[in-house]
Amino acid sequence: MNDVSSIHGAQDSTTFDAMAAQAGPTPVNPAGVASARRRAPRGTRRRLTLAGVRLGIVAVALALWQLCVHAKIVDPFFWGEPKGVWQTLIDWFTVGTSQGSLGQQVIITLEEAVMGFVIGSILGIVCGIALGRVAVLSEIFGPFLKAANSIPRIILGSIFTVAFGFGIQSKVILAVVLVFFGVFFNAYQGSREVDRNLIANARLLGASRWQVTRDVVLPSAFTWILASLHISFGFALIGALVGEILGANQGLGLLIRSSQNNFDMNGVLAGMVLVAVIALTAEGLITLLERRLLRWRPPQTHGGAAVQ
Amino acid sequence: MAAIELRNVTKKFATADGGTYTALKDLSLTVEEGQFCAVVGPTGCGKSTTLTLVSGLERPSRGEAFVHGQEVNGIETGTGFVFQQDAVFPWRSVLDNVAAGPIYRGKDRGEATTLARDWLRRVGLSGFEDRFPHQLSGGMRKRVALAQTLINEPRILLMDEPFSALDVQTRAIMSTELLHLWDQTKPAVVFVTHDLEEAIALADKVVVLTAGPGTVKAEFEIDLPRPRVVQEIRFDPRFIELYEQIWEALRAEVAEAYDRTTRSAVAS
Repeated sequence: MNDVSSIHGAQDSTTFDAMAAQAGPTPVNPAGVASARRRAPRGTRRRLTLAGVRLGIVAVALALWQLCVHAKIVDPFFWGEPKGVWQTLIDWFTVGTSQGSLGQQVIITLEEAVMGFVIGSILGIVCGIALGRVAVLSEIFGPFLKAANSIPRIILGSIFTVAFGFGIQSKVILAVVLVFFGVFFNAYQGSREVDRNLIANARLLGASRWQVTRDVVLPSAFTWILASLHISFGFALIGALVGEILGANQGLGLLIRSSQNNFDMNGVLAGMVLVAVIALTAEGLITLLERRLLRWRPPQTHGGAAVQ
Repeated sequence: MAAIELRNVTKKFATADGGTYTALKDLSLTVEEGQFCAVVGPTGCGKSTTLTLVSGLERPSRGEAFVHGQEVNGIETGTGFVFQQDAVFPWRSVLDNVAAGPIYRGKDRGEATTLARDWLRRVGLSGFEDRFPHQLSGGMRKRVALAQTLINEPRILLMDEPFSALDVQTRAIMSTELLHLWDQTKPAVVFVTHDLEEAIALADKVVVLTAGPGTVKAEFEIDLPRPRVVQEIRFDPRFIELYEQIWEALRAEVAEAYDRTTRSAVAS
């Protein structure tokens, strides 16, 4: 037996190396790393060229906009101008805003969005998996959740502002409500799509119902859940901003709102730029989290890498 | 007392269009303690259903299933099941996959890990403990599945065409390894396959099922001496004799099942 298995083992490890070499551009195995290293310089040059082209497009677009303003084709009173947006950002950074330092505004909005995102996601995952696993629960609550999902929930912001006031609480709750449904439906769907064989195998190996949920359903549903988290942080940010626009005493939303009240479109656009930076940073962090949590998957299914 | 007994079991499934589909009809089967039983039959004759009834994953519509004299009532955790498709957990490392059973059965992590390392050595996978299943070849994943099941030292081992996805050479090697592993703990085995050669090479008893709904058409004792080397046993004159006998019983059923699929293909 030992002889047979060791010969067999050797045979298998060669096929394994061959497989790894084929895996190519996103290697996980030692054999693949060497071939990737050889290709590295060309890849880097390509990435730099791409970044250059993208930067060029942005520069051209901004320059055209500015030129149109100078040629009086675009009225900066309504549409703002790049120079003005830049100046506003510089002022906010150096002097501060009408409602205190810029850092403080960003932190408040971030705090609301992150809290809403975390609470909404956890609630969504817990409820989604509970309903996905327990048929009775989904039979009872399914229709309610569908109905709740079909109403424009952003309107609830008005109620929350009145009920919970101008502080951070009303914004967090609005963000939670927006985040919850996306995560919930994905977690629910994900827990229904688990491979029946994996569940049967776990049960036969001796897993209890709770262990099946924790060790099979949850990791399997995570591919679905993580997909929804990408969009959900955007929703959380929208919840926080809309909440602030509806009524607040601090935050980026309020900054945008007061710029609008002063007919300062450059201020509105500067606020937008800051929000975009926050959203992109969060997206990057979620992608990192995804890579970490889904490292068990074969590399070719990391579809996101191609878009980076 | 027999290790496994199916007594006149019938299994019906509800179909999507509201009808019922009879997978097994009045099937009786006995497997003794330590016996290796192979079940062969044409596609769609309910071979795999017999396994789900023994394991408790499904209940018979009529008749009874017994394991060690006890009626099967819910999932039998004393039973090992090796699936046709990969059923190892893709998000767990090889070691954590194999250690899963002992942990679910109440061993502490350290003890389970030591045991898992030992089983990985026995299936020839030492050095691959930290890999994820997708990083292994099909044959290696099958060996993880075997180690994951056998580590629990089941008294009943059910195997559902476990090697059907492997190439011919790997398959023969795996079969020989399986016999060796089986010999160490001697559980009662039900091995479902559509490959008669594989069935004869492995088993003490080959059961031929009829084209669906499946019932037992004939049983054959395989008196080939052990230990056997699966790659070579097919050249044995006794093997060829047995093959011809059993094929005689199987041929009509295979033709019948094939006829049905072509007929239904024309009909639809």
